[in-house]
Amino acid sequence: MNVMTNPAALDVAPLDVGRIRQDFPILTQTIRGKPLVFLDSAASAQKPRVVIDAMVHAMETQYANVHRGLHWMSERTTEAYEAARDAVAELMNANDRSEVVFVRNSTEAINLLAHSYGRGVLKRGQAVVISGMEHHSNIVPWQLLRDAHGIELRVAPITDAGELDMAAFEALLEDGKVGLVAITHMSNVLGSITPAERIVRIAHAHGAKVMFDGSQAIVHRKIDVRALGCDFYVWTGHKLYGPTGIGVLWGKRDLLERMPPFLGGGDMISSVTYEQSTWAAVPHKFEAGTPAILEGIGLKAAVDYVRAVGYDAMAAHEASLTEHALSRLAAVDGLRVLGQAQDRGGVISFTLDKAHAHDVATLLDRQGIAVRAGHHCAEPLMHRFNLDSTARASFGIYTTHAEIDALADGLIRVREFFK
Amino acid sequence: MTQTDSFDDLRDLYQEVILDHGRRPRHAQRLEAFDATAKGDNPMCGDRVQVWVKLDADTIDRVGFEARGCAISVASADLMVETVLRRSRADTKALFEAFRTLARTGVCSDCAAALAEPMERLAPLAGVHEYPSRVKCATLPWHALIAALDGTKEASSE
Repeated sequence: MNVMTNPAALDVAPLDVGRIRQDFPILTQTIRGKPLVFLDSAASAQKPRVVIDAMVHAMETQYANVHRGLHWMSERTTEAYEAARDAVAELMNANDRSEVVFVRNSTEAINLLAHSYGRGVLKRGQAVVISGMEHHSNIVPWQLLRDAHGIELRVAPITDAGELDMAAFEALLEDGKVGLVAITHMSNVLGSITPAERIVRIAHAHGAKVMFDGSQAIVHRKIDVRALGCDFYVWTGHKLYGPTGIGVLWGKRDLLERMPPFLGGGDMISSVTYEQSTWAAVPHKFEAGTPAILEGIGLKAAVDYVRAVGYDAMAAHEASLTEHALSRLAAVDGLRVLGQAQDRGGVISFTLDKAHAHDVATLLDRQGIAVRAGHHCAEPLMHRFNLDSTARASFGIYTTHAEIDALADGLIRVREFFK
Repeated sequence: MTQTDSFDDLRDLYQEVILDHGRRPRHAQRLEAFDATAKGDNPMCGDRVQVWVKLDADTIDRVGFEARGCAISVASADLMVETVLRRSRADTKALFEAFRTLARTGVCSDCAAALAEPMERLAPLAGVHEYPSRVKCATLPWHALIAALDGTKEASSE
């Protein structure tokens, strides 16, 4: 089964963007007197009414702490919160709901893994492989592990097109020292989607486990962890139209069970004495303290929403937007798109000659268009392309073709302005 | 000029003087002979500037800079040089404080009368106050200059 479904090959009903947009209250806002054109969903996506309502409804009608109260409110809240775990397990086709660990965000998930798998399971002298197009959140935790625990950090290079160099990647694994491959499933800068199943096959053949940073990919493609065959998969709720403050670490149960806890405290224990404590079963072993209860409830609403819209329809819409954007941007004088990956999602970074990315972003903002500019928390990748910064437009399910036209027209004006 | 008029919505921050100094800075050069230098780095956005200063006793005689950054930061560095030449260290620091207030708030109502002339020169940069994330672009070269005068090697924008 091809889990990375090719949207172009699918015959799905087109997304009714007009109807989708009605689900997102914020999209009626005007910015500086102009309709909001929000092209920064890769940084954080807007929230549909159902997510907002779910969180408000919980606060208004059934809220208490979870996993400990014996009273009605706590039991109802626990049910609602734990229903999010079921929704996520189903979304990712996990074997078991206990494989879903809730964390704050992808960054925390990777830090958890670097700590608990890195120090608890990997041995000094082993290596971790990342790629040349990682977000800082998938670089720095491994550097901390390297420095504290004597784990080597290797970086698999990318090509000029912005794709993982598969031959170089495989060569890094050949000495058999690599214990873990931690790699993005979709670049937050280039939009490149990495060949996840091939990465898993190669890594497993060399005895390495695989973690994917799916922060971007989860928004764009259906993720089936069993079909991918990976060992860990992390993502964050706020990019998938859910609230901030809640993310997911999915891991194979036997691996999670072998890992020591990350944070200690309440909720993660089985019993505590001054002499020693024992840990709760997974996933609770990794969920110390009162969790992000409302955010979990909001995340379930977001997952339900996304599943109702359907990944096939979302992916087809995004493929159409991306194709349109690449063609419109190619016609802007002096504009250069970073990366030309064959398999890519709706994230496009670009530079404009004569105008710095920050000036581009500010001048687009004057026209009501929100893009991101900077190094996108991926400084080594910027340096790979001899850049300090780019502007980046990214799309969501509510993005329209007309908004991409507004972006292209806005950029033509910026270029004229800086001539 | 209809061409110019069609950009009205873009001009409040990017006035002609900023575009001009951003595009063709007059003082963007490394000084061969200098008494002090410092780098400024804005890690949030990747802007970088280095400033070289030649002093004549306590007076700033020459300033040169190299900047990698947006039009605002380059123009601000260039205008900074024009306003600090022949100024004492103390005067330069006072001017920096006044400029920082201008960049943050858009006005400097209680600025010393003695600074009126240079502040008028810097006034086109006042528009950054509407863009909190861009204030740093305008103040970074000043931080580097002050760091050079104070003998510290590196400055970071606040």
